[in-house]
Amino acid sequence: MSSNRGKGSAAGLAAFAAIIAAAPFLLPDYYQSVLIVAGLFAILSMGLNLLMGYAGQISLGHAAFYGLSAYASGILTTTFHWPVPAGIAAGVVLSGVTAALIGIPTLKLKGHYLAMGTLGFGVIVYIVFNEAVGLTAGPSGLTGIPRLSAFGKTFSTDREYYFVVWGTAFVLFVLARNLVRSRMGRALRAIHTSESAASVLGIDVARYKAFVFVLSAVYAGIAGALYAHFVTFVSPGSFSFHASIQIVTMVVLGGMASLWGAVAGAVFLTVLPEWLRAIEDYDILVYGAILVLTMRFLPGGLAEGAERARGTLVSAFRRKSPASAAAASGAEGRKP
Amino acid sequence: MLRVKNLQVFYGMIHALRSVSVHVKEKEIVALIGGNGAGKTTLLTAVSGLVRTTSGEVLLDGGDVTKEKADRIVRRGIAHVPEGRHVFKPLSVEDNLLLGAYHRFTWRTASVIRGEIEEIYTLFPVLGERRKQPAGTLSGGEQQMLVIGRALLSHPKVLLLDEPSMGLAPKVIREIFEHVARLRADRGMTILLVEQNARAALSIADRGYVLETGRIVLQGSSEELLANRDVQRAYLGREA
Repeated sequence: MSSNRGKGSAAGLAAFAAIIAAAPFLLPDYYQSVLIVAGLFAILSMGLNLLMGYAGQISLGHAAFYGLSAYASGILTTTFHWPVPAGIAAGVVLSGVTAALIGIPTLKLKGHYLAMGTLGFGVIVYIVFNEAVGLTAGPSGLTGIPRLSAFGKTFSTDREYYFVVWGTAFVLFVLARNLVRSRMGRALRAIHTSESAASVLGIDVARYKAFVFVLSAVYAGIAGALYAHFVTFVSPGSFSFHASIQIVTMVVLGGMASLWGAVAGAVFLTVLPEWLRAIEDYDILVYGAILVLTMRFLPGGLAEGAERARGTLVSAFRRKSPASAAAASGAEGRKP
Repeated sequence: MLRVKNLQVFYGMIHALRSVSVHVKEKEIVALIGGNGAGKTTLLTAVSGLVRTTSGEVLLDGGDVTKEKADRIVRRGIAHVPEGRHVFKPLSVEDNLLLGAYHRFTWRTASVIRGEIEEIYTLFPVLGERRKQPAGTLSGGEQQMLVIGRALLSHPKVLLLDEPSMGLAPKVIREIFEHVARLRADRGMTILLVEQNARAALSIADRGYVLETGRIVLQGSSEELLANRDVQRAYLGREA
């Protein structure tokens, strides 16, 4: 399994950090704001991938947790003049606590029923954003949210904010990666395969499902609060059912149970519409076609595509130098 | 060691177990035989806490575990190897085994558990050869060995085996049963074995119970059961 390749993935992390550090200096300025949004979606899809890809539970209402935190932090800092870091913390806590309250009854459901339950929750939260006009300013949206400022510094340029978002994404990536490799990660993947087999091994299935649900909501909450203090404006439209589906699409397109896939899916699906803008009216058609084709030929998502490409390269390399190929397969100790 | 007293289980309106009493002594292999739908699997799932019981008691070493949840019951010392093997297919063989030791895995015990996993590899060498492979790529017999090894890593006092022969070739079945017999001979394991394959089960068991439509209809030593005409006719495929 890919997660067992210890050394390779340490190098992978270093490469990831290097790409994050170099990207804003290599790309045109315009892309910085696109990449910030991609980073937010990367955080969202990593969180959802822990829930969907690893633990096998579906959520069609994830935008609700994203929105709850964005609104909470926006309202607290704008209407109540809280400092921004305190607003962000409160938003993340709100998302997590809501997930715990929602998760305990909802996670008893399975499959389609869980999908329906979380979908319903997402719709309710969306309606609240629209109707609680006194608090959220309703459909017209909440304006004048302050930019992020912490430690006496305001992150006002896109480049600064880019590093805040992708720095956070990197830390959350490392956390998630350590989690899925731990005893806990094994337990989550066990639940995915068979809940009864997991519980007869001593895994408290209900507690783990609730835990991973809360964790993925916390990831969504972090992304939501960072979103509010980047755009400085929140409106219900960003947190609709459509947004929930978009995050699910990123997870599936990137590759279930692959954290790299989650990041790749988020970046790909954020950047793709920017490229398609050149063909204006037809962009949605092409976007749909790309999704269909990807799922048709790469059901395991972009992560599977990368894995296959790597396999092709390795075997091409081995064919050229049979001696080193024999040595390599011998070292890995694989049976033919 | 394990004592089940007057256990009743309902699935909705269906009375699946009707006052069933079974006991297994230390280092004993007890076989539970019977046809489809007799309640064999229900009895095991009720003992391991996967289904709720309506009344009756499950005692382990005299302690009541009837109302405990499945994940607590493992810690008390009952390891259930469910029917149909339930390996965690996408996970490697090694990760499957690590999950067997899930409830006692900490950074301090990790190296001890690694050692025990090596022991499982000596017990089932084929698992050692395939330790990095996804468990789903194993053959049926290998998967059966894997789930038995996984259960052993939870340090059980009693092992519940549900249909280890299911869907396996006769030669592989013999091999699995030899392993089960060796678990008792070499490790002093106490085993409650559920089987459709009555002959194979009784050949390694000390005693047996025959379950029919949720009731124990017959019990006795394996020899007695193998010699019993009703058992022969119903479960051993022999015209009497």
